[in-house]
Amino acid sequence: MTTANAAPLTGQAAAIQGLREGAPLFLAVLFGATLLAALGNLAFPEDSLFHVSTYTITLLGKYLCYALLALAVDVVWGYCGILSLGHGAFFGLGGYALGMYLMRQIGDRGVYGNPELPDFMVFLNWQELPWYWYGFDQFWFAALMVLLVPGLLAFAFGYLAFRSRVVGVYLSIMTQALVYALMLAFFRNEMGFGGNNGLTDFKDLLGFDLQADTTRVGLLIASALALGLAYVLSRWIMGSKMGRVIVAIRDDEPRARFMGFRTENYKIWLFVYSALLAGIAGALYVPQVGIINPGEFAPLNSIEVVVWVAVGGRGTLYGAVIGAILVNYAKTRFTAVWPEAWLFALGGLFVAVTVFLPQGIVGWFRQRVGRAAS
Amino acid sequence: MRALDNLRNFMRPDQVFPFLIERQPPAVDTSHRMILYIEDLSVSFDGFKALNKLNLYVEDGELRCLIGANGAGKTTLMDVITGKTQPDQGEVWFGQTLDLLGRNEAEIAGLGIGRKFQKPSVFEAQTVYANLELAMKMHKGILPTLFARLGSEQLDRIDEVLTTIGLSEQRAMSAGALSHGQKQWLEIGMLLMSDPRLLLIDEPVAGMTGQETERTAELLTSLAGERTVIVVEHDMAFVRSIARTVSVLHQGSLLAEGTMSEVQNDPAVIEVYLGEGH
Repeated sequence: MTTANAAPLTGQAAAIQGLREGAPLFLAVLFGATLLAALGNLAFPEDSLFHVSTYTITLLGKYLCYALLALAVDVVWGYCGILSLGHGAFFGLGGYALGMYLMRQIGDRGVYGNPELPDFMVFLNWQELPWYWYGFDQFWFAALMVLLVPGLLAFAFGYLAFRSRVVGVYLSIMTQALVYALMLAFFRNEMGFGGNNGLTDFKDLLGFDLQADTTRVGLLIASALALGLAYVLSRWIMGSKMGRVIVAIRDDEPRARFMGFRTENYKIWLFVYSALLAGIAGALYVPQVGIINPGEFAPLNSIEVVVWVAVGGRGTLYGAVIGAILVNYAKTRFTAVWPEAWLFALGGLFVAVTVFLPQGIVGWFRQRVGRAAS
Repeated sequence: MRALDNLRNFMRPDQVFPFLIERQPPAVDTSHRMILYIEDLSVSFDGFKALNKLNLYVEDGELRCLIGANGAGKTTLMDVITGKTQPDQGEVWFGQTLDLLGRNEAEIAGLGIGRKFQKPSVFEAQTVYANLELAMKMHKGILPTLFARLGSEQLDRIDEVLTTIGLSEQRAMSAGALSHGQKQWLEIGMLLMSDPRLLLIDEPVAGMTGQETERTAELLTSLAGERTVIVVEHDMAFVRSIARTVSVLHQGSLLAEGTMSEVQNDPAVIEVYLGEGH
C-alpha cells in the first residue's frame, strides 16, 4: 500500500483522494456540532441567543440515528451493489429489542400498575410474560439482542439469498418482502409486541429519566459516538484489501469469483455488518422518539433510506450521512407546512437527483472540486 | 480394532494431523521437456465435432501460436485445457504427471494454468495497483483479506509485474481510464500475479493500434522462456512477429505445425486456410 500511496496524484485524482481521506474532518464536524448543541442546551438559559431547545436536541439525535441507518445501507449498496430495500427490518428489530427493555423498566408505573406485565399484555388479559420477553429486564441482555437479532436475521437471509446467487432486482424485491412480512407479523396482537400500538410510554433508561434534558443530551452524544465509530470502522474496512474485494464484487462478481474469492461469503458478512449498524441505529432511535411500532417496518420507510443515500451520493459513506440529514431536515420543515405533499416532494427529489445528480450531492461537489483543481 | 489402529495412527506424535498439512498444488513435472500433452482429443456438440482426434504437444517455455479459421476448434481446445468443457475422448496432461481431465476450473487455475479472455475484464473503478493486488496469489478468505498487509516481497512482486507490463507510471490511475491496449496488458499482469506456468491468451491484439500490437508482441516474447505461452490469434502479421512455432487447426484436427514460413508454404494450409490470396 505504501508504494501505491507514495505515487504522486494530480488534478482530480488528488482532490478526490483528499475528500476521501476526510475522516478527521467528518469526525470534527460531527462531534463539534454535537458538543455545541449539548452546551447550548445545558449551559445557556432559555432566553439566551445560544440556547438550543430540547426539541432540537431530540431532533438532532433522531437525524443521527437516520444517518447511521443510511451509512448501513451505503455500506452494502454503495460499495457492494446490494440494493437492500429492507433495512428498516434491522432498524426496527434493534429498536424493538431496546423497546422491550424500556417496557420492562416501566415496572409498576404503568396504567394498570402490574409490576411484571407491560400494559398492553394486561389489556389483552395475558397472565404471564411470554418466554421471549425473559431477560429483557437486563440492559446487557437487551443490548446483546440489539446486535444478535438483526445480525442473525441478516445472516440467515444472506446465507439463503447470496448462496443461491440471487442478485439485482430479485434481491431487492426479497428484502422488501422480508420487511413487509415483519410488518404484518408485528401488527398482530398475538405476537406479543404490542400490536399496532407498538411499545411506548417509556419512563427511564438505565435509571435516567427519559424526559430529562441531560438524558436527551446524553442520547444525542451516544448517537454521535455510534455514528462516528461506525464511520471510522466502515472507512477502515473499505480501505483494507477487503474493501477492494467488495468493490470488485460490485463491479464484476463472476470475475472476482474466478480469482478465487468466495464472493457469497463476503456478501453475507458485509450484509451482517450492515444489519448490525442498522440495529444499533434503531436502538438509539427508540428512546429518543419514545415509541416503536410496526410502522417502522413499512416498506416505504426502507425505500426512503435508499433515497437519502442516493441524494447524498453513494459509495462515499459521508454522502449517506449528509443525504440522511438533509432529506430529514427538509421533511421536518416540509411536513410542518404542507404534510400531504411530502411524498410528492420526496418522489420529485428522487427523480431530480437521479436525472441531474446521478452521483448525488457529494458526487456533484467532487466534480466541481476536480474541475477547479485541474 | 481397525478403528483403534486408525486412531493410533492418526494420533502419532511424530507427525502432524493430516488435515493441518497445507495442501500445496502438485508440482509440474517437465523432465521430458513437454509441459502439455494433448492426445486423441475429441469433443462434439450435438453431433458437430468441434475437436476431432487432435494431437498437440507444447514444450516447456515455448511461445506457441494457434491459428485456424472460425470453428476450427481453437476456443474449444482452450475450454478443455481450462476445465470448462469435458471431452468425449482423449487425454490432456499437464507435465508428466497431472491429468487435467475431470478437474474443475478452479483446480486447474490452482495448478498454474492462467487464461486470458478476449474481452478485457479489469476492475475499472479501481486503480491499476489495486487490480494487481486483488489478483495476487494469497489467502482468499475474509479475515485474512480484512487484515491483509503487503509484505516487501509482495510489493516487489507487484512492482516487477508493473514493469513487465509497462504500466509503472499508471499505477495510481483507475483502470477504467486506461486505453484498450493498456487494459489488455493489465489483465495479462493480473494473470502473472498468480504466477502461472502456462498462459493461454485469446486474441490479445484484437482492436489494438499498431504500436500497441508491437508492445504486446514484446511483452509476450519476454514472458516465454520462464513460462509457457499459448496464443490464439487471427492477426497474421502479429503471429509472424512473435511465433517460433505455429500450429494450424482445421476442423478440429491439427493440419500443420512448424515455423511461420514452413506453415505458409505447406500446400494443405494454403488450400484450406490461407486461401487463394496467398
